Amino acid sequence: MSGTPVLRIQDVRKRFGDHQALDGVSLDVHEGEVVTVIGPSGSGKSTLVRCVHQLESIDGGAMYLDGELLGYELRGGHLRPLPDRRVAAQRGRMGMVFQQFNLFPHWNVLRNVVEAQVAVHGRKPEEAREQALRLLERVGLAGRADAHPRMLSGGQQQRVAIARALATHPRIMLFDEPTSALDPELVDEVLRVVLDLARGGMTMIIVTHEMSFAREVADRCVFMEAGRVVETGTPEEIFDNPVSPRLRAFLSRFSGRAASDEHAPGSGRMAQTPDERVLEEETTS
Amino acid sequence: MSTASQAVDVATARPRVRPLRWVAGAVLLVLAAQFAWFLVTNPRFAWPVVGTYLFDPNILRGLGMSLLLTVIGMVLGSVLGVLLAAGRLSGFTPVAWACGVYVAVFRGVPPLVQLIFWFNLGYLLPRISLGVPFGPTFVSWPTNSVISSLTAAIIGLTLHEAAYMAEIVRAGILAVDGGQRDAARAMGFTAGQSFVKVVLPQAMRVIVPPTGSQFISLLKGTSLVSVIAMADLLYSVQVIYNRTYEIVPLLIVACAWYLAVVTVLSLGQRRLERHFGKGQR
Repeated sequence: MSGTPVLRIQDVRKRFGDHQALDGVSLDVHEGEVVTVIGPSGSGKSTLVRCVHQLESIDGGAMYLDGELLGYELRGGHLRPLPDRRVAAQRGRMGMVFQQFNLFPHWNVLRNVVEAQVAVHGRKPEEAREQALRLLERVGLAGRADAHPRMLSGGQQQRVAIARALATHPRIMLFDEPTSALDPELVDEVLRVVLDLARGGMTMIIVTHEMSFAREVADRCVFMEAGRVVETGTPEEIFDNPVSPRLRAFLSRFSGRAASDEHAPGSGRMAQTPDERVLEEETTS
Repeated sequence: MSTASQAVDVATARPRVRPLRWVAGAVLLVLAAQFAWFLVTNPRFAWPVVGTYLFDPNILRGLGMSLLLTVIGMVLGSVLGVLLAAGRLSGFTPVAWACGVYVAVFRGVPPLVQLIFWFNLGYLLPRISLGVPFGPTFVSWPTNSVISSLTAAIIGLTLHEAAYMAEIVRAGILAVDGGQRDAARAMGFTAGQSFVKVVLPQAMRVIVPPTGSQFISLLKGTSLVSVIAMADLLYSVQVIYNRTYEIVPLLIVACAWYLAVVTVLSLGQRRLERHFGKGQR
C-alpha cells in the first residue's frame, strides 16, 4: 500500500437542500484494492460513488484520480471547474455500474459495449468489437451480442452493463448497489462476475446491501452512516469485531432480518443463509 | 339443478344478439346511400369541371408551392424548435426564460395574424439594417424589397411552427429516463455526444407522432398564405374560380389534393413511428 492511491477522497462534503448527504468523507483506494461500502439507506453510500464519478458535483473537499484533481483545475491561483470535455475525459477513465443497469435500449448488446470505446477512446471499430466480444464471453453472454437489452433478464442486463464499463479499461470500477434491482434468483450470477473481477486484481468500490458478499469480496470494508465514514477496516474487523455501537446495531438488525427471512414460506433464495450462497459461488466459479 | 350437472361447453355458444348494431348499421347504410345520390345527381358539383382542372398546370404549380412551404417551414421550424427546447432546458435562467416567452408569444398569436403582420413589417420598420447596436450602420435595405409574400410566408410559418416544435421536443427530451443521461455521461460521452447518441434517439419515440401531426397541420396551414397573395394551392384555385365562378368544383380539386397529400403523409408517419418505437418496451 505505497505510492499514489488510484483514488483519493479527501473531506468531501455534499448537501441536497437541507440534507447533508456527505459530511466530510475521506477514503483512499489503492491499486488492486476492493473496498465495499455498507450502511443503512440514506447513509450517503450511493452519493459517494456518484460524486466520485462526477455525476453529482461536490460542495467541498477534493478527489484525486491517480493524483489528478477531479473536476477542477488550478488556474492563475484560483480553482475553477473543468470544461465539460475534460470532465468527460476524466469520467472515461472510471467505470460505473448502476443499480438500474441503464443499458441503452435503442442499441443491441454489442453496440452498448462498443460505442464508448470508439466514440470516447478513439479505438478502431474492429478492435472495439473484438474487445467487446471478449468481455461478453467473460461475463457469460457471448451468445447474446445481437440481442436488444429488453430481451435480457435483469441479471443478464447487469452483466452487459459490467462488460460495458470494463470495455474502456477503467482505472477503477464503481458499483452502485448492482444487485438491488434484481429478482433474488438473479443476484448470484452478477455477484459471481464481480467476484471474478476482484480476483483478477481490478480496483473497485462496491456499494452493496449484500452483507455476505461485502465481506467475501472486500480487502477493506467501510461502514457509513449519516454521510460519515463511521468505521473502516478489514472484513474480519468490521463483521466479527465491530467497534462502534452503530455498526453493531446495523449488523444485528441485518442478521435479524436474514434470520426471519429463513422462516418466510416460499422465499426461494432467502431460505439459504447468506454464507451458504457464497460457498456455492466458490464451487461454481 | 339439472343444468348444473349436465356437461356444459361454452364453445358451443351462439354469438350474442345485438339488435342496436343492426339499427346503427342500417342508419349508416341509408346515410351513405343518400350522400352518394347527392354527389351523383347534383349537377352543381360539375364533376367534368373537376376532372378538367385536377391536373391543370397552374393547380399543380400551386400544390408544389404548398408542399415547398410545408417542407421549408417544417425544417426551419424543427431546427429552431430544437434550439428553443435546448434553451428552455438549459440551466441558465435568462436563456430559459427568453425561450419560454418566445414559445408563449408565437403559440398564442394566430398564424393568420402573424402572416399579415410579417407581410406589413415595412410599416413598422421601413429599413432593415446591419450594424453595431445603438451605433453605426454598415448596410441597410428597404424592408419592402426584402419581405416579399414568399419571405413573409416562410418567416410566419417557421416562427409559428418553431414554437410548437419546441414544446414537442422538450416533452420528448424530458420523457427520457434520467438514468440514461447518467449512463451516457458515465461512459465518458461529452454533453453533445450523449444528447445526439443517447437522449435524442430515445426522445424521438415521443417526438415523432406529434411531429407528424404538425407536418399535416402545417400543410393545411399553408392555405393561409393565400391572403398575402402567395400562389399556393388554395390561391391558384381561387384565381381560376374568380374568373369562371365554378367555386365548388374548384374547391373540390383543392380538397382532393390536400386529402391525397395528407393520406401519404399519414402512411409515412406510421412507418416512422414503427422505426423509432424499436428497442422500447
